[in-house]
Amino acid sequence: MSTWGIRPFFIRHLLVGCMLLSGLWGCGPSTTEKLTLTGSSTIAPLASELAREFEARHPNVRVDVQTGGSSRGIADARSGVADIGMASRPLNGKEMDLFAHEIAYDGIALILNTENPVDQLTDQDIVAIYSGEIDNWRLLGGPDQAITVVNKAEGRSTLELFLKYFKLNNKQVKADIIIGDNQQGIKTVAGSPAAIGYVSIGTAEFEVSQNTAIKILGLGGIAATISSVKSGDFPLSRPLNLVTSGPPEGWSKKFIEFAQSDSVHSLVKNQFFIPVNAH
Amino acid sequence: MNDGQKLDSGITVLIWLVSIALVVLPLSMLWDVVREGLPHLSFNFIVDQPLDAGRSGGVGSLLISTFWILGVCLLTTIPIGLGCALYLSEFVIPHSQSEKLLGFSLDVLAGVPSIVFGLFGYAVFAIQLGLGFSILSGGLSLACMVLPLFIRTAEQALRTCPKGYRQAAIALNISHAGFISRILLPSASGGIAVAMIISIGRALAETAVLIFTAGYVTRMPGSVMDSGRSLSVHIYDLSMNVPGGQSNAAATALILVMMIVLINVLARYLSRRWQHVE
Amino acid sequence: MRTNIWLTRGLRTAAWLSASILLFILLFLIQESSPLIGEIGLGPFFQADGWYPQEGAFQLTPMLLGSLFVAGGAVLLATPLGIIAALFGQFYAPPALARLYRGLMELLAGVPSVVFGFWGLVVLVPWINRLAPPGASLLAGALVLALMILPLVALTADAALAAVPQQYLRGAAAMGLSRWGTIQRITLPVAMPGILSGVVLQTGRALGETMAVLMVCGNVVQIPSSWFEPVRTLTANIALEMSYAVDQHRTALFISGLLLLLLTITLVAVASHFRRMQHE
Repeated sequence: MSTWGIRPFFIRHLLVGCMLLSGLWGCGPSTTEKLTLTGSSTIAPLASELAREFEARHPNVRVDVQTGGSSRGIADARSGVADIGMASRPLNGKEMDLFAHEIAYDGIALILNTENPVDQLTDQDIVAIYSGEIDNWRLLGGPDQAITVVNKAEGRSTLELFLKYFKLNNKQVKADIIIGDNQQGIKTVAGSPAAIGYVSIGTAEFEVSQNTAIKILGLGGIAATISSVKSGDFPLSRPLNLVTSGPPEGWSKKFIEFAQSDSVHSLVKNQFFIPVNAH
Repeated sequence: MNDGQKLDSGITVLIWLVSIALVVLPLSMLWDVVREGLPHLSFNFIVDQPLDAGRSGGVGSLLISTFWILGVCLLTTIPIGLGCALYLSEFVIPHSQSEKLLGFSLDVLAGVPSIVFGLFGYAVFAIQLGLGFSILSGGLSLACMVLPLFIRTAEQALRTCPKGYRQAAIALNISHAGFISRILLPSASGGIAVAMIISIGRALAETAVLIFTAGYVTRMPGSVMDSGRSLSVHIYDLSMNVPGGQSNAAATALILVMMIVLINVLARYLSRRWQHVE
Repeated sequence: MRTNIWLTRGLRTAAWLSASILLFILLFLIQESSPLIGEIGLGPFFQADGWYPQEGAFQLTPMLLGSLFVAGGAVLLATPLGIIAALFGQFYAPPALARLYRGLMELLAGVPSVVFGFWGLVVLVPWINRLAPPGASLLAGALVLALMILPLVALTADAALAAVPQQYLRGAAAMGLSRWGTIQRITLPVAMPGILSGVVLQTGRALGETMAVLMVCGNVVQIPSSWFEPVRTLTANIALEMSYAVDQHRTALFISGLLLLLLTITLVAVASHFRRMQHE
């Protein structure tokens, strides 16, 4: 062990690291206009695609999309941290000072595992299942299996919509599994033959086309499809909103107009949502 | 064979069986990732930008963002962490109030949920310090999270320095600083490398902290003040939030795992050089 | 040894800087939680009729227990297994295999929790589901977490074992102790503080883990009566609802975080108390 080797060796590596980092500081692009969007994780993938397309059309603007949830989007839009918030729910009573701009719709459908022979449920059946009055598929013409009720976490807009439609209150719901993101719901139902859950229609249709072990139930006699949501016949749907603290101006206004325009319909459809003005 | 020998060989068999069984589940998990991800892996996947929310295209820009986040994190963690570990192992009076308080804080800090680090990092680095969603915010928040892990592991390594080295250093009248830099650190370098490997593994695997700080933007970062999505965030988004993203999630996970292998090999190599070449 | 005052000062600063992060986080959580605690006090968080934050019911006890059970189960599983894996790598496996084994552990230590969680969701949970529905359960959570922390427990234990001075082992050999005898009477006791320090760190990790637990535990707010029932942990509670929570609901989630931190503080205090008792 020589006495002097260690120090130069250590310092050399530290120096290289510092040089690399300082290099990074220097090479930023000359600043252009920047637009920040934060909020709903449901909307974020769509907004990222919209942002890329918008940047391609306006090379001097950069649109940064951040995720973190609808309430975060609303809070950031209000505080000015973000130029535009994203919310996958309508604004509630305390948020009426803000401006919501619908960019797409999303329907919600009940799903079962493909192993379950039941393929139709009335609204009363669903209420009875979710409130725990019916707890076995035998009572609904299925196999003798306890029903696994999959519910969404408190605060999620799909939950609120679901409860409102079925006139349920979350205290009445006897859930066996509570999920967060949409894909978790699909994976959960696909992995347990006795489960029932509710998810986004567009993504459910896509998963069915990929042979995932789920099937989609109609609601009130209306098939749960993208087209029935589009036509307005399907009773369970929600808007996807961009939110601003005041009437939109400047680039925010241009971006929102772009996001609502006919030219982005294919982008919206690629993310399994229903474009606005498409009725 | 007497009873002692019987017991000994029985335990040998048991340890072999358990150790082999232990890797079966994780290996089958990794195998699932390989099977799903390998067909999607190509040179283009490594260099291209993600398209269609990550369902097509590659992870080129995310790789760069991940490296930069990791760089910021390590440049913060290593000096502070090594300093703290040295202080704990060399300077602080054993069983003093300071030692207890420091050790206690670090152990508790290791148990703070990553999502709290995320919210904290967002409030402090992104908002209070005005760094916004950026690689810098992300790297610093991540550093807060891996610090206790790095310090405690490095401290263990430093404490294993044989007493004889220290006595020899005292006999030769080497200064404390000289002892640390020429004897203690090189002799503990293997353990410090393990501390680094564990910290890097933890940092690369982290999702919740980075969603809130480094952000979600997939564009190629231009500076550390830009927001940049890490590979782990991408994996989370593709597997939980983007329908049809599962195969690319697996391919991205595969890249992450290969990165970790590379970093491990590199860290081992560096620590060996540190120990012997001098 | 001659000590440079600046060196000591520098290192002391680094040490207290690291430790002060905890203080900042504690202050941050208290600041975020105080409005609701100020308004309704602490009682309702342990007495309310369930967790229905939209209706102002913020019962946290089941989630506190959920966190404890899931992390406790994981640590109880991972500690002995991790020590066995470390013993294997240090004393039983031939050197080449030991290197491979250690490499594999390092690799697994870096697999993102999402990958563990996703695997749990699509493989483990359906598997438990066939045994005892619904599948997403306390057991699934503890297993996935155990799998996650095992490599780290094994690696720190491995480092601790490797640090046991060679003379001790040679001494044991000279005394004619068998391999297991040496391990049991000399190696393990000497390495135990290092091993336990790793276990404490990983207990913290298990308590703090969010994403994987969220995917496999079922997240129903209840006190589980068996390993096959779903539970919700405090971390899952934050991750599930933070994105959609406003006002009191949001504050209540920060209180979940604060409570978890207090829980960790208690556990670490208990652990260090035992360590001190062991020393004396």
